[in-house]
Amino acid sequence: MSTATASPRAAFDAALLERIIASSSLPSWANDARRAAFDRFVALGLPDRRDENWMRTDVRLFKPQAWGLSGAPAAATAPEGLLAPAILSGDLAADSYADFERMQSPGSAAAAVAAGKLAGRLASVDGHVVRHELDSALVAKGVAFGPADELLASHADALRPHWFRVIDAGCDWFAAAHAAFHAASTVLYVPPGVRIADPLHVIAGISEGGVDTSHVLVVLGEGAEATVLTETAGGGVAGTAGGFHCGGTEIVVGKGAFLRMVNLQNWNTGVWHFARQKAVVHGDGRLQWTLGALGSRLSQVAQDVALAGRGASAQVNGVMFTEGRQHLVYNTLQHHEAPSCTSDLLYKGALQGKSRLVWRGMIKVDKAAQKTDGYQRNDNLMLSTEARADSIPGLEIEADDVRCTHGATSGRVDAEQIFYARARGLSADEAARLVVAGFFQQVFDRITIPQVREALARAIGGRIHRIA
Amino acid sequence: MPAATEQLVVKGLHVSVEGQEILKGVDLTIGRGEVHALMGPNGSGKSTLGYAIMGHPSYEVTAGSIEIVEPNGTRHDVLAMEPDQRARAGLFLAFQRPMSIPGVRLADFLRHAVTNVRNPDRKEGQELMPMREFRNELKAKMAELSMDTEFARRYVNDGFSGGEMKRAEILQLAMLRPKFAVLDETDSGLDADAVRLASESIARIGGAEMGILIITHHEQLLEHNIPLQTHVMLGGRIVESGGPELAQELHKRGYERIRAAYPDAAAAEKAMEESAKAAAV
Repeated sequence: MSTATASPRAAFDAALLERIIASSSLPSWANDARRAAFDRFVALGLPDRRDENWMRTDVRLFKPQAWGLSGAPAAATAPEGLLAPAILSGDLAADSYADFERMQSPGSAAAAVAAGKLAGRLASVDGHVVRHELDSALVAKGVAFGPADELLASHADALRPHWFRVIDAGCDWFAAAHAAFHAASTVLYVPPGVRIADPLHVIAGISEGGVDTSHVLVVLGEGAEATVLTETAGGGVAGTAGGFHCGGTEIVVGKGAFLRMVNLQNWNTGVWHFARQKAVVHGDGRLQWTLGALGSRLSQVAQDVALAGRGASAQVNGVMFTEGRQHLVYNTLQHHEAPSCTSDLLYKGALQGKSRLVWRGMIKVDKAAQKTDGYQRNDNLMLSTEARADSIPGLEIEADDVRCTHGATSGRVDAEQIFYARARGLSADEAARLVVAGFFQQVFDRITIPQVREALARAIGGRIHRIA
Repeated sequence: MPAATEQLVVKGLHVSVEGQEILKGVDLTIGRGEVHALMGPNGSGKSTLGYAIMGHPSYEVTAGSIEIVEPNGTRHDVLAMEPDQRARAGLFLAFQRPMSIPGVRLADFLRHAVTNVRNPDRKEGQELMPMREFRNELKAKMAELSMDTEFARRYVNDGFSGGEMKRAEILQLAMLRPKFAVLDETDSGLDADAVRLASESIARIGGAEMGILIITHHEQLLEHNIPLQTHVMLGGRIVESGGPELAQELHKRGYERIRAAYPDAAAAEKAMEESAKAAAV
C-alpha cells in the first residue's frame, strides 16, 4: 500500500460535494445531511488550543487545502491488516499458557469466537469500496452489512434515525468535513433477536498521501448480538506525504443486545487521524468496546458512550502504543443518562521515543441516573525518558446515589526486572517485550476475542526497541 | 592438571558498587556435583558475589576473573558475557529478593527461560519449546516439589509471600538445570518445615550434575546438602574454608572467633559498615 501514490484528487469544496452527490446512490435525506454539514464546514475554521478539547492537540502543521478526495483508489486491493488474518488463520497460536490451558477444556470461553471464519467483510482504499461480502445465511435473516451507498436507501427505517445523528456532525471542522465528504462508508444492521457468531470485518486502507473519510454505522436491534472488527492500514510513514483520515463511528446497541466492537488504528506514522466515535446503549444492552492505537502521526479521537436505558453496561478498553514523535489524544465520555447502568473504562498506553499520549476522561452522571456504577482508569508505561503521558480524569455527577471512581498511574520499566529476566536467559529485548506484554495483560484479559488479543500483543511486541 | 569435572573458577575477584569496593579479592572453585556453603555476617559481600557471577550491571568487576573451565582445559570467560549469555552458559542465581513481573505468568516466563537456556544460540522470535511438552514437564516438576499447578498461572512473584517466592526460585532451578547455581538465602522467609522441603528439593535437583553455592545463615538448608566445603566471608574476602563442621560452629557460636583470627578482614568489615552508614545519612 505504502508504495502506491494517491491519484489526483479534488479539494474539499462545493464542486466536490455536488460531484459526490451526483454520483452517489444515497437517498436524498442523506444528501441533505451532507449539504447541511457542508454549510457548517464552510463556516468553521480549524479548531485551536482555545477549545478545551483541542488544548493538547497541535494541528498548526495540518494544511486543510492539501487534502481532498481522489477519483479512484490507488490500488485495487485493500491491505490485509492485522485482525482479519488473525481470525482467518485457523487455530489460535495459544502463545500463552493460560490460553493453551483454556483450549484444553472443551466448551471454553476461548472458543467463543471460532477461528477461521468471518461473517462478512468490507474493504476500502482511498475512500473507494474495493470488496464487500456477507454470509448469505445472514442476508436471509435480514442482516444488512455493506456499503452505505447500497444499503442506506433499502434499510432507511432502521438506519435513518441514527445516520449522523448519534455523533454531533457539526461540533468542529473535522466532524463537519467528515459528515459532508464521507465516502466508502459501512453500515451494519442486525434485526432484533438475530445473533451473529462470527466477526464482521471492515478495513480502510489508504495509499501514501491518501485520504479516508469513511463512516461506520452499527445498529443492533433488541436482543441482537454481533462482533465487529474495524481497522485501518497504510499511508506514508513520518516524513512522507503521509495521509489523512477524517472519520466517524456511530453505534446503537438495542435493548438487551450485545455488541463487541474493536477499532484498531494502525496507520503508518505519517497519517493525520481525526475520529469521532459514539455509542448509545439502551436498556440492559451490553457493549464491549476496544480501541487499539498503534499508528498515525497525530490522532485526536473522541470516544463517547451514552448509557441511555436502565441496566445498560459498557466496558471500554484502550490499548495504545506510541513511538518516535507520535502524538495521540483521546477524549472519552461515559455519559450515564439512565439509572442502574455500569461503565468501566481502562486505557493502557506504553510510550517509546519522544511520543506523547493524552487521555482526558469524563464520567457524566445525569440527575436521573441513580445507582450508577462508573469507573475510569488510565495506566501508562514510559519506555523512554523523553516520552510524555498526560492523564486527566474527570467526574461530573448530578445524581446522589452513585459509585464513581477513577485512577491513573504512570510508571517505568524497572532495570531490576530486566536483570532478573536476563539472569534467566531472556535477552534484553525479550525481557523488555515481556515486561510490556505484562503491563498490557490486565486490559488484554478483558478482550474476550483471543485472536484480537494475540494480534495486538504481537503487533506491540514487534515495535518495542531496547529499553533505554 | 585439568580437573575431572567442569568447574566454575573465581580468582582474585574485586567488585565495586557505585565506586565502593565490596569484594576485595575472592578465590573460589566449584566443581559440578559439589555443594559449597558460603557463610558470613550481613554486609560481608556474599550477595555481591552472586550478583557479580550473574553479571548485574551495577556490580563492577575491577580486578580478577570468573571462568567456566571444561575438563579438557577449555576456558570460558564469564565476565565477557551478558547476563543472559551467562544463564545460557549454565549459570543460575536464586535471588534473595526476586523481582515481580506483573501480568507475566510464571509459566510463560519460564517457557522463554527454558527454551533459551536449552538452546543457547536461540535468537528472539525463533520458536519456543512446544507448549504441550513444556506443560507436561512443568507439571511433573511441580508435582515433585509438592507445588499446586495453579502456581504456574500466577504472575511472576507478583503478590507472592516470601516463602512462595523462594519456592518459585527452586522451581526455576529445577526446570533450568544449570551447571552452577548460587542460592542466595533461599531459606530466608521459610518456616522450619518449608526449609526442610527446600533442602530435600535442592538435593534432588542438584544431584551429580550441578555445582551449588549455598549462601545461608542457617545450617538447616545444608541438612540434605552436605557441603564439600564451607567458606566464611568477612570484609569482602573468603577468610577461612572448612568442612561441614565449620558451618555448625558458625551457626552455634557466631563470627567472634573469625573476627579475632582475621583482624584485617574485621577492620575492612567495620570500614564498610561505617561508609554504608555515612551513605545512608
